[in-house]
Amino acid sequence: MTAHSTPMLERHKKLERNVSLLGLFALVTVAIGGIVEIAPLFWIDNTIEKVKGVRPYTPLEQAGRNIFVREGCYVCHSQMIRPFRDEVERYGHYSLAAESMYDHPFQWGSKRTGPDLARVGGRYSDAWQVQHLKDPRSVVPESIMPGYAFLAKNELDAGDMKASLVALKDVGVPYTADDIAKANDDLKAQADPMSVPAELQKRYPKAQVRDFDGDPSRLTEMDALVAYLQVLGTMVDVNSAAAQEDLAKEKGR
Amino acid sequence: MESVVARAAVWLAVLFIAIMASAVAVDSAFAIHMVIVALAAFIALVATLRGANYSAKAVASPHDPSRYDDDPIRWGMIATVFWGMAGFLAGLYIALELAFPVLNFGEYINFGRLRPLHTSAVIFAFGGNALIATSYYVVQRTCRARLAFPGLARFVFWGYQLFIVLAATGYLLGVTQGKEYAEPEWYVDWWLTIVWVSYLLVFVGTLVKRAEPHIYVANWFYLAFIMTVAMLHLVNNIDIPVSWVGSKSYPLWAGVQGALVQWWYGHNAVGFFLTAGFLAMMYYFVPKQAGRPVYSYRLSIIHFWALIFLYIWAGPHHLHYTALPDWAQTLGMVFSVMLWMPSWGGMINGLMTLNGAWDKVRTDPIIRMMVMALAFYGMSTFEGPVMSIKTVNSLSHYTDWTIGHVHSGALGWNGMITFACVYYLVPRLWNRERMYSLRMINWHFWTATIGIVFYASSMWVAGITQGLMWREYGADGYLVNTFAETVAALHPMYILRAFGGLLYLSGAVIMTANVWLTIAGRLRIEEPLRSAPHDAAADRPLVATPAV
Amino acid sequence: MNATSLYDALRHMADSWGLLAMAVLFVAFAAWPFRPGARENNEAAAKMIFRDDDHGE
Repeated sequence: MTAHSTPMLERHKKLERNVSLLGLFALVTVAIGGIVEIAPLFWIDNTIEKVKGVRPYTPLEQAGRNIFVREGCYVCHSQMIRPFRDEVERYGHYSLAAESMYDHPFQWGSKRTGPDLARVGGRYSDAWQVQHLKDPRSVVPESIMPGYAFLAKNELDAGDMKASLVALKDVGVPYTADDIAKANDDLKAQADPMSVPAELQKRYPKAQVRDFDGDPSRLTEMDALVAYLQVLGTMVDVNSAAAQEDLAKEKGR
Repeated sequence: MESVVARAAVWLAVLFIAIMASAVAVDSAFAIHMVIVALAAFIALVATLRGANYSAKAVASPHDPSRYDDDPIRWGMIATVFWGMAGFLAGLYIALELAFPVLNFGEYINFGRLRPLHTSAVIFAFGGNALIATSYYVVQRTCRARLAFPGLARFVFWGYQLFIVLAATGYLLGVTQGKEYAEPEWYVDWWLTIVWVSYLLVFVGTLVKRAEPHIYVANWFYLAFIMTVAMLHLVNNIDIPVSWVGSKSYPLWAGVQGALVQWWYGHNAVGFFLTAGFLAMMYYFVPKQAGRPVYSYRLSIIHFWALIFLYIWAGPHHLHYTALPDWAQTLGMVFSVMLWMPSWGGMINGLMTLNGAWDKVRTDPIIRMMVMALAFYGMSTFEGPVMSIKTVNSLSHYTDWTIGHVHSGALGWNGMITFACVYYLVPRLWNRERMYSLRMINWHFWTATIGIVFYASSMWVAGITQGLMWREYGADGYLVNTFAETVAALHPMYILRAFGGLLYLSGAVIMTANVWLTIAGRLRIEEPLRSAPHDAAADRPLVATPAV
Repeated sequence: MNATSLYDALRHMADSWGLLAMAVLFVAFAAWPFRPGARENNEAAAKMIFRDDDHGE
């Protein structure tokens, strides 16, 4: 410590000698950026567009989503179409924030080793999806995707879907008490070609009710995953006049 | 004595809870994990009881003649080398899976499950063990104090290994949160939180009891790394478990907010785990190996504050042109570009430390590795800001360019500086004169360097090819390429990338042999790397005038 | 204040006074370690890692 240096000039030295002060300053310094960027997303209103049609996933779709997460599909497939001409022509209308508002976790992805899946729903038949998942190169010779034949063999063991929906409700997905009570029945009903679609569609509008994996006698993991893939990007009718009008009002995004 | 009883009771309780949880688990993966936890608790219980000193009051290793507590550091070096090999091997395998998809056998080793295993093994297992071990070494030397809480320091090491085992086995079993670099499920996250808080206590405790008034700059970087990783981990991993005895949970954050929280976490895992922590290594080991003080200590102060302030803002550059609001994307881009400055400030500070000792690049393979690490640090921290510019990102995002960028940083910077630290530490920790063979270090240097060149250049070509093919329009106004055609076009690049990975892995095999033989006490008799003929004109004393 | 105008107000502040304040703070912080009194301490700090050998005594 030099004798003639003023106390003012000693301050950083003090910081260099005091662990708690150094720690506190460092923590404040690293906290600022996160707070400024993340906090406003929760209360600035224009973060999520107000469009019609987004609904929580049905129990079967959610079970399929859990398989999508489990198999790490997101490491090769994005679910986020950017607003470029080529992407819009290749994959469909650019993705809206509202479309993933009930996605816990979000699956936007960061890499396209395979194509984007944000609007893959309805693009291919169930039979194509099943065949492609079982043996990708039998339908797309250039594909480097792993085979998922085991999904068709495994019975769907989604656990207690009631508990899943309760947990999802806790993190903010608006499932009703009725949805939760009927969760395990809904899971089976959606893949059962004999069930009455209207009952499910009352609570989950536009839900697709049919056998997905080509084997109506069993409820497999393939049923769930294909049900999930077939709903992706279909909830909001993005090209309808109403949606286009809403999107035209967007600003600051 | 009381503390032994108390600790044994805790492990016994953990053992019972784990056995019961395993019995009532709602899914088999959770049951398997609880068996692993029970085994770990049993081993900890036995170790606690066997290590008990029944005749006298337990004093922290009274037989250790050295002034410093180096046991956990020695274990950490071995763990670093072990997990490095595991992570590189997994990386080579998944690279081959992309080139030859028939290698995806069945569900457990499909690409989707092995890829998180690879990233976690190299970042958290290899990198994490290197960080914990070197931080224990550096904080003791620069504080001239033994580790605070020696028992807790050992718990941190073993607890961290348990975290790695749970995370890795979880990925193979399909237990994942589905968020990149934050895949471990809720109970593994909780365990890591306990371990990490203990780590912070050991580190800060050692700083508090230091015999040196000044806190050396390397410790600032370690401290910022430990604290920030704790903050990121806690905020990004708030989950609601579906069942208290099941592996599945749902994260609190969804959609757009979830994406930003995740990439705020993800980018700062790079910024604080892979940058601040490794810069701490640089600030101690580069000056020590070169035998010269750091080029400019005041630059290091600016480097520190600027780096930790700017890094945290850069996350949104992973979300350019997505549904994230524009203002957040722009902030992310601007701060990423500004980040170039402190990054290069740090690189220059490290490289210029060699001012007046540049001849060591020829004669000392460890210095050569450090210089190469800093060169790659400089390259990837230049490439990063470029890629975060929105127009560049519109091409590079979603392509293999990103993969190439990550690996020039991870293999070049993190890998090389870690290897250099291993070569610096192993002879000192096991009281050997030097490494078994310096020439093997040289071989490691060249295989790793050439491996990185293959890796990075093939991924640049692959990424730009991919990006251009996706957006290519013909004269007829239609897209030219189907997606499948772009996949087929990358095949040769994927083979070259796997070859680069093979070279890098072979370098690590050489290191493993070298470390093994050094610890075994062997010393290879070999010619020095370079014997220059005597030059009378150059034979004069060097006057060291470091600019501080 | 409705949400859009809140966004506009924040955006306006960030683009004007906020930006200026950040720039001034940055210059002040960057100049700080170069104050004249700091040289001696910094030199001592940089050399402290060489004072003992690796194993203490």
